Amino acid sequence: MGIVLLFLIPALAFGGMAVALVGILGNAIPWIAQHSWGTWAADPWFQALIKLALLILLVVMPIASLLTWMERKQSAMMQDRIGPNRAGILGWRGWGIPHFVADAVKMIFKEDFVPAKANRFLFTLAPLMAIIPVFVTFAIVPFGSTACPSQMLHVVTDAQVAACRGAVPLQTARLDVGLIFYFAVASLAVYGTTLAGWASYNKWSLLGGLRASSQMMSYEVTMGLAILGAFLVFGTLEPNAMVLAQGPNPIDWGIVKKPLGAILFFTAAMAETKRTPFDLPEGENEVIGYFVEYSGMRFGIFFLAEFIEVVFLSAIMATVFFGGWQVPFLYTDGFHLGTHAWQLPHIVVLILQTTAWGLKVIMFCWFQLLVRWTMPRFRPDQLMNLGWKRLLPVSLANILVTAFVVLAIQAWGAH
Amino acid sequence: MEGGFKKRTSKAGVTVVPRPETLAKATWLPALAKGLGVTMRHFFTNIATGKDIATIQYPEEKAPYPHRFRGLHRLMLRDDGSVRCVACMCCPTACPAHCITIVAEETGNPNEKRPAIFEIDELRCVVCGLCVEACPCDAIRMDTGVHAVPTEKRFEAVLGKADLMSSGAPSIATQGGTGDWRDTEKTP
Repeated sequence: MGIVLLFLIPALAFGGMAVALVGILGNAIPWIAQHSWGTWAADPWFQALIKLALLILLVVMPIASLLTWMERKQSAMMQDRIGPNRAGILGWRGWGIPHFVADAVKMIFKEDFVPAKANRFLFTLAPLMAIIPVFVTFAIVPFGSTACPSQMLHVVTDAQVAACRGAVPLQTARLDVGLIFYFAVASLAVYGTTLAGWASYNKWSLLGGLRASSQMMSYEVTMGLAILGAFLVFGTLEPNAMVLAQGPNPIDWGIVKKPLGAILFFTAAMAETKRTPFDLPEGENEVIGYFVEYSGMRFGIFFLAEFIEVVFLSAIMATVFFGGWQVPFLYTDGFHLGTHAWQLPHIVVLILQTTAWGLKVIMFCWFQLLVRWTMPRFRPDQLMNLGWKRLLPVSLANILVTAFVVLAIQAWGAH
Repeated sequence: MEGGFKKRTSKAGVTVVPRPETLAKATWLPALAKGLGVTMRHFFTNIATGKDIATIQYPEEKAPYPHRFRGLHRLMLRDDGSVRCVACMCCPTACPAHCITIVAEETGNPNEKRPAIFEIDELRCVVCGLCVEACPCDAIRMDTGVHAVPTEKRFEAVLGKADLMSSGAPSIATQGGTGDWRDTEKTP
């Protein structure tokens, strides 16, 4: 029971908060924009900025920092330990949740050490290069369907939402290039690790940086090819359109249509986040990694970037393969199951959908932590073999088969 | 599985066991699923009931110590509340760490002495229990079950006669000793 609440409460809180904010802002922004001094409020750039800031402040940062606690607690549960339970805020220990605050305080107040011969500029730039791309990629993630702020309390249909004036898409940037943008920006994160290894003026961190860049580049190939199958099936690159194409029926979700693609993508993307079993660039305990010279908050940023990547990978897995914000059998105007229908007001539908999205993201975060605490680390040769000799051919074959099937369905299935 | 493959024996007498690369092994997926099953089982068991957790929350709960655990010393008492020790010097002689200091003094009884000063430096003590073995009168015991208490000054760790007697109790052991003296403690 506790575990259900643990997942449900944050997701529900996020869903409610996000929709309430959309309702308030969606009505306030047109009002501000009516005045001559407030035309900037109608600017799509401004609205996108608000959405990205809210998404990052309300979802990404809380989940990422809670993941540091969740990782310790979950690993403890998996290994028959109790885990963190000592830190407290005014005596409130709350299953060890205040530990993430204690961690942050520790990171901030630790000595900020820069090696004598390190390149100070690059040394400072590296953590930023690691964390900024993962923030930016969140722009394409749809965390809910389109909201119509003026119709919040009514039952609406798809057509009404489409015709709605001042409709707010619950997605920061509805880019047609979608996932290509994700690949383009996410691959910039390689620079962060490579620069960190290079700028530290330390042979071991340089080797760690090389290991990291070789690993990330190898697995990017598979990652792109694995998701290509989903492009072929859904016929779009835009994440929200992919979610719409999957529909509310779980039979049509990506995991049913492309199970192999889902496994390949998940594996490759986990390698991209550099966590166990693919953590040989970092190797906290014995192999020295690229951030060996980093301390204090600079290290903290790398640490946080890794957890944000985990959240992002969860969001992409949910979007492409698990129906994104779709709740099973929940359409815009309510639940439809067979001939039964249960109409719901727009705001309830939106809250359910954003909650479902949050729940899926948290579930995938949980699953990644589970894998991380189950698998041992790969050797470098095993890693490269897996990447180039196994995942790559399989993903190529996957695309070929998918393409033939899609072609066959288009040629004969239409009749 | 084993029977399906023919074992080859090389000239050197080394048995070569074929370990073919099967699809299941090459993909790692079945083994991964099995491992995830194990960790998931532990996770859900511990979240729901916590019955597999082996951790003892130390300051709040303590592991039960064995019956013969040696803790801080104490000096046992006679029925009238005076110390049982007769200052025979057996324990400082037996002590390998030289942590016991006894200065004897006269009593009215010409057959017995008693300690004027009885000090044990708990920082030097190696908790070997030889003093207890050596004592002919069941005057010194290490059965308090208390660890050496951390102190800020070294001299605070030196326990005097009064400290050692404060946790003492009358003993029914007779001179020469009979039976299991460890359990024999007179209730006042």
